[in-house]
Parts: sequence; C-alpha cells; structure tokens
Amino acid sequence: MSAKITPVIELLQKQFSDIDFAPAPLLEMEDQSKEQWCVKVGADKLMAVMSFLRSDERCAFEQLSDLAGVDYLNFPNAKDRYGVTYSLLSLSNEHRLWVKVFVNDPNPEVPSVVSIWHGATWMEREVWDMFGVRFTDHPDLRRILTWEGFEAHPLRKDYPLTGRGERENFKVITRESA
Amino acid sequence: MGLASAGSMPYQESKEEFLTTKLSHLIDLLRKQSINWSRKNSLWPMPFATACCGIELMATGASRYDIARFGAEVMRFTPRQCDLMICAGRVAIKTMPVLQRIYMQMAEPKWVISMGACASTGGVFDTYAVVQGVDQFLPVDVYVPGCPPRPETLLEGVMAIQRLVDNEGMINSKDRERGLGLVVQPTVQVEVEKGAGK
Amino acid sequence: MMTTATSPQETHQAGPAGYAPEEPGGDLWALNFGPQHPATHTTLRHVLELDGEVIRSCTVHIGYLHSGFEKLAEHMNFNQYVVVTDRMNYVSPMANNIAWHHACEKLFGIELTPRCKVIRTIIAELARIQDHLLSVGATGLDLGAFTAFMYPFNARETIYDLCEEICGARFTTSYTRVGGLMQDITPRWPGMVKDYCTDELPKALHDLENLLLRNRIFIERTKGVGQISREEAINWGITGPLARSAGVRRDLRKDEPYLCYADNWDGQGAKAVSFKVPIATGGDCLARFQVRMAEMRESIKIIIQLVDNIPSGPVDVLPNDKMALPSKDEVYGSIEGLIHHFEQVMTNRGHTPPVGEVYGANETANGELGFYLVSDGGNMPYRARCRPPSFINYQCFEKLIVGHKISDVVAVLGSLNVIAAELDR
Ligand code: SF4
Repeated sequence: MSAKITPVIELLQKQFSDIDFAPAPLLEMEDQSKEQWCVKVGADKLMAVMSFLRSDERCAFEQLSDLAGVDYLNFPNAKDRYGVTYSLLSLSNEHRLWVKVFVNDPNPEVPSVVSIWHGATWMEREVWDMFGVRFTDHPDLRRILTWEGFEAHPLRKDYPLTGRGERENFKVITRESA
Repeated sequence: MGLASAGSMPYQESKEEFLTTKLSHLIDLLRKQSINWSRKNSLWPMPFATACCGIELMATGASRYDIARFGAEVMRFTPRQCDLMICAGRVAIKTMPVLQRIYMQMAEPKWVISMGACASTGGVFDTYAVVQGVDQFLPVDVYVPGCPPRPETLLEGVMAIQRLVDNEGMINSKDRERGLGLVVQPTVQVEVEKGAGK
Repeated sequence: MMTTATSPQETHQAGPAGYAPEEPGGDLWALNFGPQHPATHTTLRHVLELDGEVIRSCTVHIGYLHSGFEKLAEHMNFNQYVVVTDRMNYVSPMANNIAWHHACEKLFGIELTPRCKVIRTIIAELARIQDHLLSVGATGLDLGAFTAFMYPFNARETIYDLCEEICGARFTTSYTRVGGLMQDITPRWPGMVKDYCTDELPKALHDLENLLLRNRIFIERTKGVGQISREEAINWGITGPLARSAGVRRDLRKDEPYLCYADNWDGQGAKAVSFKVPIATGGDCLARFQVRMAEMRESIKIIIQLVDNIPSGPVDVLPNDKMALPSKDEVYGSIEGLIHHFEQVMTNRGHTPPVGEVYGANETANGELGFYLVSDGGNMPYRARCRPPSFINYQCFEKLIVGHKISDVVAVLGSLNVIAAELDR
C-alpha cells in the first residue's frame, strides 16, 4: 500500500510546491508496515488540492470514503482544536489517502467538498451537527442527527456524556391526561 | 286506603319475572366474562419498534415463536386500531414526542408494554440523546426485562397483560393506577459456574 | 416538470389518452412518510412532495434513533465498547463485533491466531447470511408477500441458535475481544454449522427464490425501480451489495483482504478462501435482490471450505503476553490471573495502545463498515468514528425516488436495507 501511495504524495507536493503537506503515516509503529498515509492542508487551499486529487488520473480518488471530525481539546501535543479528516479512496488505482484540515475557534470553517463528491452531503452535515464546524457553500447545512432547537454540539469534548438535562425535558402524560 | 294497602303489600315477583332477572344477571356475567375473555385473547398490538428489540419482536411474530398462539398476531401500525402498545427499543429525544402522540391517539382501553432495558431504563445508553425510561413520561403497565428480551419473555409479558384484562376487565386506563409495577420475572435462575465464559 | 433527465419519470407521466396532466407545480401536496410507518422498519421520516401519486421531491429526516454511540465510545475501553457495537447493526451483530476489533487490533498491532481467524471468518459469513435473509424477506413483506418473510426468518432462527451455542445470547453477542474471542467454540458447533449450511439454508434459499422470482408482482414492482448508475454510485460513496448491483467491482474481502480472505493467513502459506464476488449491472431493486441471493450462496461456500478443518490451538493471542484478557478460570483460580485481570480492566492501566490514528474496515453485509480510531495512549479511544454503510448508502435515496410512484418508496427502502441504529448511531 505505502509503495502505491508515495508517488501520489510526491506528485501532490510537486503540484502545490507552496504548501507543506507534512506527509506522515496515520500510526507510527516500528514493526508494522506504515500503510495508511495522511497529508495536512490548510482550509484555504483545500478545494484546489481536493479537485486535483479527484481529477488527476494518477490520483483519481473517485470516492470520498469517510469524513470524520475530531475534537483535539486536551489531546497531548495538539496545537489546533478541531480536525476534519477526509478519507479518500481510488477504485481504479486501489489506494487510499487521508487528508486532514485543522481549524480553530471562534469560527471553525472549512469549504464544502459536496461539489466534488456528492457523498459528502450528509457527512458534512453530521460534522456540523456534532462538532460545530461550518462548511461554507454547503447546499443544505442543517442539523441531521439531533433535534430541532438543540444548541450544543455533543461530540465536543467539553459537552458532558449525559447531556445538560435535555433528556428530562418532556411533558408527562398520565393516565388521566391521556 | 287503597293507596296505603297497595303500598304495604310486598311486591310479588312472578315466576317468569324471577327467572328473567336471574337470567339477565347470568347473561350479564357471561357477557362480561366472555367479553373479557375475547378481549384478552385478541389483543391488537401496535409495534412501536425502534431498535434492536424490534427484531426480537419480529421474531416473536414469526413462525417459531408465533405470537398468534396468544391471539396477538394482528399487528396494526395505526394507533387507532390497537389496544396494546409494545414499545420496543430505545427512545431518543427526537422520538419521544412521536411516541406520546401515538399513545394519545390510541383508543381506550389501552395497555402499554415497555420491552427491553432501553425502553424501561435507558439500558446501556446513558447518554445525552436517550430517554432514561419511557415510564417517566408515559404510563406503562408491564415491563419486560432483557437486552433484548427473549421472545419467550415477551410472550410472558403479553400473558401478564392478559391477566390484567382478565382481572380488571375493561377499565379505562385512567381508572387504573399509574405504573402497575408489574415486571416479568425470569423463570429460570442461572447459576454462574466457575470457568463459564470469561 | 422534468427535474432531471436521468430519472425515469417520463414513463410515469404518460397517462391515459386524453388525460392532460395538471400544470406543473400547481397541485403539489406534502405527505409525511414516517417516523412510525410499517415499511420503515425502524424510525425514519420522509417528507414527500407529491403530484398525484408521483413523487416530485423527497426530504429525508433522520436522527430518530440517535443515541450517542460515538460519545459513548470515548468513555469505554476497547473491550467494553464491543457491547455497544452489537446494537449498531442489530441485524448482523457479529459482523460489527469483528469490524470493531479488527480496527482495534490494527491499532495495537496484533496478529490473530489461525484458529481465531477461522472462527471469525465463519461467523462473519453467518452474519452476512443473517443480514441478507432479513433484507430480502422484509422487501418481500413490504411488497405484500408475507410468506416470503416467514421463510427466511425461519432460516435465521437457526443462526440465532448457532450464536447462542457459542456465546449464550441470541443476538447481542459481544463475542470478540481484543486479540481473541470471548471463549472458544463448543465441540459440536462446527457440525451444527455444517448441517445448517448444507441442508437447511440451501433449501430455504431455493424456496425463497422460487417464491419471489417467479412472482410477477414482485418482478414488476422491483424491476427498473430505484435505478442508480455506476458513476453515481461511486460518487455517492455507496459500497456493498448496492454498489455491486450497479456494476462497481469492489469488495474489501478481495481488495484489502483480512482474516481468512487474505493469502497466508495461518503464517504457513495457507491459501485464501475461494469465492466469487457477484456483480450485477441493473442497479435497480431487482439487481440488489439478486446480488444478495448470490452473495448468500457464496457465503455458504466459504463456510463449507473452512468449517471442516478449524485449526487447533489457542483462540487468544499469546497466552503469556498481557494483551488479551485472561480466562475466568485463571482469574478465580490464581493470584497472577487476578492481578492480570485487574490490570486490564482498571482505568489507565494494562496494555495501552500507541498514540496515533488508524482506520480499519471490514466488508459487512451492508457495505464497508470502518472504524476510524484516534488514540491518545490511554486505554479508551480518544475518538471512535464509525463509517456506517447505511448512513452513506442512504443519502442517495432523495435522488433515487424522484419520479417514482408513492408505492415504490417501500420497494426502494427495502432494497437499500437501512438499519436505523447504524444510520443514526
Ligand atoms: S434493550 Fe438492548 S436490545 Fe433492546 S433496544 Fe435496548 S440495546 Fe437494543
């Protein structure tokens, strides 16, 4: 795997020589083959990089396999608060690449990749719902999993597991009132 | 005089009248019994199946466990035709108003089974999005424990409802106490042996 | 109103002769489909905009079963969370257990023992059969064929028995542990599996196929309904039988092999199990049905290849290493075992993973079920993102259904096989 993805990263570096991609394996381990590689991109350059990765036939990442948000509050040695990880998959070349974008409070914003991969529609809505990272130019950025009128973003690390009393907030139906 | 004598005279039931009264009592009794009997054997469940417990509910309805033996196989998805709501699975905050509305739409008399750990207490999901027991916001008649309850346990729960119907008849739910606190007890106690599992 | 050229609405618009369709956009009405609806199986909600019976647009509302799985994962250790993954895709819980611990083992860098790999492969295939049986049966049920629901459900009950035999529960199995299994299989289990796969299941499949594929109503209600093209399927991120029925050649068991699907799985040059990946080109509900049926037959082949010669040896990795949980015998019988057990279960003790991130994915019945783990070196995951196949497959529904009639909603929904707990997590 790693042999396949290294030329892609080199190609990327050549194409965008002004960006420091800092390619690194997702997991550093001594005795394992480092097969999953990730590159870092700033939010401002994301669209250019992603369009290149999608359209260049040596990369040809036709599918956005996954899109995950991570809140790096209290993470050891973390500099930025939110990370958005794109997991790209190329079916024709059979390789995967992870692309990471870091954003910070007070206004975490990432451009939306829906125009490149339709599959991002709900995944971006989910990241917005769970982490409060806004995706600019998203066609329909509403909350997806939580309910109307919910203010918080539950997967942020400062939100308690048992919530802030939302689950107790209903009218009680008794036998008399039914 | 005539009036007084007429008043003092004890009213004599004719033989036919006597028979009719007794008969009507008997018929009344039979009717009540038979109505209860037929009602308890033709419960129409409304499966409010949200999650994994719903699959066990399906299994209960399918051929091996066959809920039709208890006359409760007519699952109807419109609340207005049903008298037994089986709330199977966890209820998220978004679903709770839906559940309450469905309960309100059911016609009296109605019963509620809370099936599984999640519907009764929240189960393993002690999180921000799951209601910790539907009985906080809804009157529940029978709790069926388990995660998920085995189909046999659910059948036991349906039989508990049948006993309720049998004893109380067609009392509307507002005349019953809130929360009957009936819990299906496990019939078999399993002793955990040394070395069983890890 | 021709919204898109690709949708098959032209066929639906041709009314009887002399019938003039209404002014487009004139008489639309909205219909709420769900959240409590017999065909949604669990809780989903669609708001359909209808022109007569033809669907003009559809908005999907989900989240009616959102229960905070991913938040919960951050408060449980790698062994505890397997209990919650059972509840994720509750139609095939074993597959979720395996996928979760596949990702964990990638993080820890554990190579499983051959015996464990074989057992896991068998149960993964059983789980696939379980899932497909329910999916095709429920499609039949929704289209009005109640018998076609009973047959596969009966066949599923035996799989529940098989699960009960090895772990004691019908479907909340929690069978895997980091680096091994909860316990070894029982001696008679392979025989039971073999009986089931050679006798009962093929019969049930035969019956089911005859019931549905010779049924004109079923064919007419599924053929050409909910069509998706190969390019669209890839762009929408669709995986699994849905993608394969649209002609996408992708199966993680072949493309990124793991367990016994990979060559040399026992370290002594054993061959990978041989099976074919069924592909269809129709991309409609019927093609999905057929792909699922064919996949079940392939699963039977895989199981029969493996079940006769399950290698002997331990199921847990390295009995002397402190990686896997000790057996209960050791815990209750020796002080070392007890200490080892406490070390493992206490917070921030025991075997901790390296700092880093990892993505591990398995091919489950619905598609690629992956877990993206972020670890900060503690014994709980810092973040455990699940890549839920249902969620990603389902987002194209809004497009698939436009131009169809309202009764086609249930056919498409059944063929997508949306599991709400996996959808909302
Ligand atoms: S009680 Fe258990 S099986 Fe039932 S819905 Fe809850 S988690 Fe699922």
